[in-house]
Amino acid sequence: MTATESTVHMSADVAVGMYRRMRLIRLFEEQANELYRTAKMPGLAHLYIGEEAVAVGVCSALRRDDWITSTHRGHGHCLAKGADVARMFAELLGKEAGYCSGKGGSMHIADHEHGNLGANAIVGGSTGIATGAAFSAQRRGTDQVAVCFFGEGALGQGLLYEVMNMAALWTLPVVYVCENNQYNEYTHYLEATAGEILARPRAFGIESYEVDGQSARAVYGMTSQLVERARCGDGPAFLLCNTYRYLGHHVGDVDRAYYRSKNEEALWRAERDPLELHGAWLQEQNIATADALAAIDAEAREEVAVGLDFALAAPFPDPSRVTEDVYA
Amino acid sequence: MSTLSVATRTLTFAQAVNEALAEELRRDESVFVIGEDVAEAGTPFKVLAGLVGEFGTQRMIDSPISEAGITGLAVGAAMTGMRPVVDIMFGDFLTLVMDQLANQAAKTHYMSGGKLKVPLTLRTTMGATRRSAAQHSQSLHAWVAHIPGLKVVLPSTPADAKGLLKSAIRDDNPVVFIEDKMDYAIKGEVPVDEYTLPFGVADVKRSGDDVTIVATSSMVRVALAAADELEADGISAEVIDPRTLVPLDRDAITRSAEKTGRAIVVDEGHRSYGASAELAAVIADRAFYSLDAPVRRLGAMDVPIPFSPPLEDETVPTPQAVAAAARELCGHH
Repeated sequence: MTATESTVHMSADVAVGMYRRMRLIRLFEEQANELYRTAKMPGLAHLYIGEEAVAVGVCSALRRDDWITSTHRGHGHCLAKGADVARMFAELLGKEAGYCSGKGGSMHIADHEHGNLGANAIVGGSTGIATGAAFSAQRRGTDQVAVCFFGEGALGQGLLYEVMNMAALWTLPVVYVCENNQYNEYTHYLEATAGEILARPRAFGIESYEVDGQSARAVYGMTSQLVERARCGDGPAFLLCNTYRYLGHHVGDVDRAYYRSKNEEALWRAERDPLELHGAWLQEQNIATADALAAIDAEAREEVAVGLDFALAAPFPDPSRVTEDVYA
Repeated sequence: MSTLSVATRTLTFAQAVNEALAEELRRDESVFVIGEDVAEAGTPFKVLAGLVGEFGTQRMIDSPISEAGITGLAVGAAMTGMRPVVDIMFGDFLTLVMDQLANQAAKTHYMSGGKLKVPLTLRTTMGATRRSAAQHSQSLHAWVAHIPGLKVVLPSTPADAKGLLKSAIRDDNPVVFIEDKMDYAIKGEVPVDEYTLPFGVADVKRSGDDVTIVATSSMVRVALAAADELEADGISAEVIDPRTLVPLDRDAITRSAEKTGRAIVVDEGHRSYGASAELAAVIADRAFYSLDAPVRRLGAMDVPIPFSPPLEDETVPTPQAVAAAARELCGHH
């Protein structure tokens, strides 16, 4: 199985759709940052800017009824799996119209209708849930696949190794997607990660690959193959996506010079931007013109603006709702 | 179950648990059991013996020794249409599953605004005096009862165990079902026909007028033995078993304390910051003006459970200690 971009086959619709979703995520996240800067958003958020190709590449290879679990840096996963911008913003603002009626917030958005079992504020905390969803699909005899998104920081959590062991033992249809954005919060991953990342899943006999996480096409192509084999009953896989978090660990992490250089950040933005790379390729392949991409950008901008207006105007939950939903 | 007029037969606590699981596995194919040595071994306590014969290894699943992993897997399975029953051999191992239980299972329904459900049952054990030392003897039910979103069941009889376990498996919430490992061999009358028992309904195990003894799990037997002793002294003790800590039948406990005017709480968790404190607080808050004496609490000593039998036996409430406390409350010295 190879991960080179040149061997990836996809329709023009998928290719353009990926650009559109990446743009939507980028604009959404920029706006989330703005909400924080202008003190309109309670709490914090962990932005996905720079990593869009991973969520979009992976989720474009999934069906609506396939499951995902997400992380504290989860807005991109939610949107890539099909979530609505307005309800996402509403949740970030703690509004009743949000995906979780305002009870979850940025770190806990779940969108059951699109197969999103929820973001998770415990690093590695959802690895069991994704593996369990795959177990459930297998035992119920559906051909659903579960994708478990986690950052390279979760490689430090024991739960991941417990569940990868079971996924391999029981040939579960789960794909572990490790987003290596280079930093465990404020610490470079090499300072926290001994040995080889791929040696970890391979020790369990899990099919494991590495891909350029800035290339939506490469991520899509590799995920498609791994999802297909999981769907056919060939078991779990692990996909290491090398990517980069343009901004801080969270919106308040603005002064980053003590753990990484501005030059490093500038280099990724200038040379490895997933939207620029994918947009350029669409034009080279005559799949979309510059004008067509500009039109997509404008549409996405409009969608974000409308969603934001909706969320800002939406009411907060009535305080009496605080005791609802503790128990089903 | 003290007022049963239905046909019954005698079962051990272990048999009652086994029967509840068998019936629910038979009734609902989304139910499965996962844990260490739950299949052919039927667990080290043999509580699940024989189930693999009827239900096979696809539904009685021997897992690796990965308590956090199997609980996490069960949470995901529960969120997507299954009804897992997780077997955690010793309650002490709750420490290993805590994130998956407290941060995942308990909060998923609330955090999702009510959209996701986690119909998960986690069976585990509690109780000292098995000479199992500090890491296999704890009664950690207070840890889970402290977390909103979890339900907590502490059955004290075979009949309660069966009816409550069936309800736990059918419940749409994560339920922690804690069995006292010293109770597995005790016998009791269990209805012949199928039944379930509701959560949040305390059971009066013995009626009395002079003092209320609120007791949980195996402490119910301790309390009943104390009540027998007290009867000889002319003290009439009422023994009330909450059966579920969450939800808690505050009304029944309050009513009994109001009636007798004196109350003792007996619970095998450590005495400090535990279930006995919560139960005593319920009585103090709600029955204060009916009380003739302060509420007394008996629990495990605030020490790690020691191995040496004479030491271990010091740590847990005994019928004699409960009776002594009752005599003191009633002014019989």
